[in-house]
Amino acid sequence: MTGRLPQLAAPAVLVLGTAVLGQVASSATQVYFIEALVSVVIVVGLYIFIGNTGVLSFGHISFVALGAWTAGVLSVPTGEKPAFMPSLFGFLRHTTVGNVPSLLLAAVAGGVFALVVGLPLMRLTGLAAGIATFAVLEITNNILQYYEKIGPGQNTFSAVPETTGVWQAAVGALVAVGAAFVYQRSRFGRMLRAVREDAPAAAAAGISIYRQRLGAFVLSGVVAGFAGGLEVHLLPLSYRDLYLDLTFLTLAMLVIGGVSSLWGAVVGALAISALDSFFASAENGVGIPGGTLTVPSGTRVIVEGVLMALILIVRPSGLTGGREFSLRWLRR
Amino acid sequence: MTVSWQTIADAVSLGGIYALMAVGIGLVFGVLRLVNFAYGQLIMSGAFALALAAQWNWPVWAGILLCFAVVLALSMLMDRLVFRPLREQSPAVMLVATFAVAFLLQSIALLWFGALGKIASSVAELNTPWVIGGVDIRKISVVAVAVTIACLAALQLLLTRMSVGLHMRAAALDFATSRMLGVRANRVIGSAVLVSGFLAAVVAVLLTVQFPLVTPSFALRDTIVVLAGVVLGGLNRPIAATLGGFTIGFASGFLGGALPTNQSQYLDSFLFAAVILVLLVRPNGLFTRHGGTAQRL
Repeated sequence: MTGRLPQLAAPAVLVLGTAVLGQVASSATQVYFIEALVSVVIVVGLYIFIGNTGVLSFGHISFVALGAWTAGVLSVPTGEKPAFMPSLFGFLRHTTVGNVPSLLLAAVAGGVFALVVGLPLMRLTGLAAGIATFAVLEITNNILQYYEKIGPGQNTFSAVPETTGVWQAAVGALVAVGAAFVYQRSRFGRMLRAVREDAPAAAAAGISIYRQRLGAFVLSGVVAGFAGGLEVHLLPLSYRDLYLDLTFLTLAMLVIGGVSSLWGAVVGALAISALDSFFASAENGVGIPGGTLTVPSGTRVIVEGVLMALILIVRPSGLTGGREFSLRWLRR
Repeated sequence: MTVSWQTIADAVSLGGIYALMAVGIGLVFGVLRLVNFAYGQLIMSGAFALALAAQWNWPVWAGILLCFAVVLALSMLMDRLVFRPLREQSPAVMLVATFAVAFLLQSIALLWFGALGKIASSVAELNTPWVIGGVDIRKISVVAVAVTIACLAALQLLLTRMSVGLHMRAAALDFATSRMLGVRANRVIGSAVLVSGFLAAVVAVLLTVQFPLVTPSFALRDTIVVLAGVVLGGLNRPIAATLGGFTIGFASGFLGGALPTNQSQYLDSFLFAAVILVLLVRPNGLFTRHGGTAQRL
């Protein structure tokens, strides 16, 4: 275990470093650090499934969305619910829970949804699996947008207590990283990796591919739902924020970091978040060594698109090469 | 549920347009094993070219020429700058690269034209109906079906009668072996990308007639639906992908017209639930022969 400890410590140190920077940052920029930490939770959630199985999923933002809906609806004070959620089911209208229970319920909702979806879908592979998970995203987004008995529909989640601060987000990210680490070191994680490398051989050795993939899917659904809870407690969300753009962005974070390592997931999430925050603030003028940099508004998305494509062309296996952090790199 | 002939005509024409998009996506998938998520943004760029031409009061033919020029140029750029360097990489990497391209094109459109979009009114007179036996059928529905049939017939000739088509089919079956037998990789991929771009331009013209308001997310939903349709039909034969595209386009247009309003807002849910069900029963596609390609675990 001693030789493996850096694999857990390195991502944890990165998360803590981000939290410390966020703590000393001005209150205007602090939100960027919190957002970066929440992205770490989402991307680690994606990684638990995609990294360990090698199967792509476009559906994880549905788990984030359901987590956000659960935590959001349940933590708006009862008096303010009718203002933007007039047609809620009775028990949702009258129930309000605290911050931590709402996050736990968000995680449970994400996990249960992943189980329900995964039971049929984990039989699929390749493109069929990709498109089927995409279909889940479409259905979820469609229903959350129009079914007003379970949430705000097309309104924005206002009046959710904004409790996701730097430390809560950092603890959340650490929990996600820890869960992913324990899972990938467990026999289940190892079996899945065996499947990823050589599926027929793994099946011949008695591994149930379906059952192992389903397990990873549910665990990643739990983490994704939890991330949705954190996110709805951070910003006023609407169904539009939990759709294609977020799906693409978080998948890009994972692939750019390096799909097959936890280290890659964390590095990718933080690197792209840093880039995004830098350009977002540069659009308003940011102080750099030797003056102030101001870029025209809208540069951000264009530069990011170009940079993402460039990184993939130069380093197709991601910034980390898909390998875990190792102290040997430092000694060389 | 009342079904009018107009609904059926619209559904058939939407099916035709989706079939063209399906062929465009399927051809590139055949030679590159790449699902091009940026295909919708190619169509969007062509639509903006039409809108600009309308704004500058260009004649219709000049606008259509500009549309083709823009879409073909972008397709070639995409191939040279993104697909070619990444050709040897895993599908996940290529897919995310096409996300990046899609994201980029959409942001450029957003910056340039704004979120509200522009009106492309080039061939608007095609939106007026013909009255046939007391039934209104919009001219564009008929034109779209005719154009679709013409394009598919031309493509069939290209794939079966010309050497470049033979190369494309060979490369789609086994890229490595076809290269050893003298198929030039860059040329076959380049021509598939060009044909696919040509179809995107045709689709841009047809779609802007029916939906003249062009926004940065123009054709985005259509592309997602067609991608589902392509996988639903099966990707190992062009005809299977085409039929898949037509089926999902017809289903989408038909349900959209036939469902009452309080249900039609859930159209996408019905559509994608059906997609999931079909994939569970036939993961290799509805229209594949011999059980499709060998199933990977």
